[in-house]
Amino acid sequence: MKLLTFSLWLVSISAGFFTNALANEAALDSRQSSYTLMTAENKAMQDDASLNPALFWVMDGQGLWQEKSGQKAIACASCHGDAGTKMRGVATQFPKIIKGKLQTLESQINQCRVEKQQAPELAYESKTLLALTVFVASQSKGMPIAIEETQQNQKDLQQGRQFFNERMGQLNLSCAQCHQDRAGLKLGGSMIPQGHPTAYPIYRIEWQSLGSLQRRLRNCMSGVRARQFEYGSPEMAQLELFLMWRARGMTLETPGVRP
Amino acid sequence: MSKTSRTVITMPAQAKQGSIIEIRAIAQHDMESGFRYSEAGKVIPRDIIRTFSCTYNNVPVFSADFYPGIGANPLLIFTTIATETATLEFKWVGDDGYEAINQAHITVT
Repeated sequence: MKLLTFSLWLVSISAGFFTNALANEAALDSRQSSYTLMTAENKAMQDDASLNPALFWVMDGQGLWQEKSGQKAIACASCHGDAGTKMRGVATQFPKIIKGKLQTLESQINQCRVEKQQAPELAYESKTLLALTVFVASQSKGMPIAIEETQQNQKDLQQGRQFFNERMGQLNLSCAQCHQDRAGLKLGGSMIPQGHPTAYPIYRIEWQSLGSLQRRLRNCMSGVRARQFEYGSPEMAQLELFLMWRARGMTLETPGVRP
Repeated sequence: MSKTSRTVITMPAQAKQGSIIEIRAIAQHDMESGFRYSEAGKVIPRDIIRTFSCTYNNVPVFSADFYPGIGANPLLIFTTIATETATLEFKWVGDDGYEAINQAHITVT
């Protein structure tokens, strides 16, 4: 009798996991930014402009936006004008298909540099690329993420979803196993977040620096002993697209602070 | 070689005489500890801010020594008494000729 109750209990637990996993993808309202998991001090660091170190990069980006660069000697502002009005809402739509290619905000900035300014590409995670990215992205602060499934991005989105659900690495884990099925539980001492990219580029205290979503994704990939996707690779863009689609409607917090 | 970086001061522009004012001073700096190694296995040389000082109408009111254990983009929050209408000067000095100066004005009534 005792054995029977125990196995029944096991069945109900695993059934619980299963329905949870399904429900999480469907129930958009239960989504939360990992901002809500932070301590009051870290929340204050993000919210208070006099405490948020990411603002240094935003200021640098503002300078770079006006700075003439490349053989054409034109600045971002020469074409795009005032970032405050022209760039508002732009970051909520990336990654985006532009001229048939899926571009992240970073790769689009580089695309602009090479094609329009005729300047060399900026390296991923370089201070200049992070500064420009965070400057552009922070213009959309407070706006809802606006990625929708379209005919054009359907294939990439599907591929991104597959990466999210596919087991990888020596630990043989998928993104979904932690950040969807077990979000809210603990890994070591810390809460597993739902993994919504609502604040990138973020100032991560652990990094002591600003970093991109791709850096964060590579973190997890090395954590599960997987071969990391390359910076700026199509795989990265597809995974980023899926994550942003998964977070659609959530508020963009850039520039965010995370522990 | 002299280097500098961005700094931000947050403090009230006006205060009553004798009141305590809070000052926040943050500097953009990597604070490279000198204990880390590059991917090639070489020690990354130490590059930190060494001292911070604040003068109130040329009178020193606060200073601090920084060490390799202090994280990047150090933030200091300290208080002083609003004595007179004056300019406060903030100065960060560090390795490799690093120096950053910022000023803020306060009107005391």
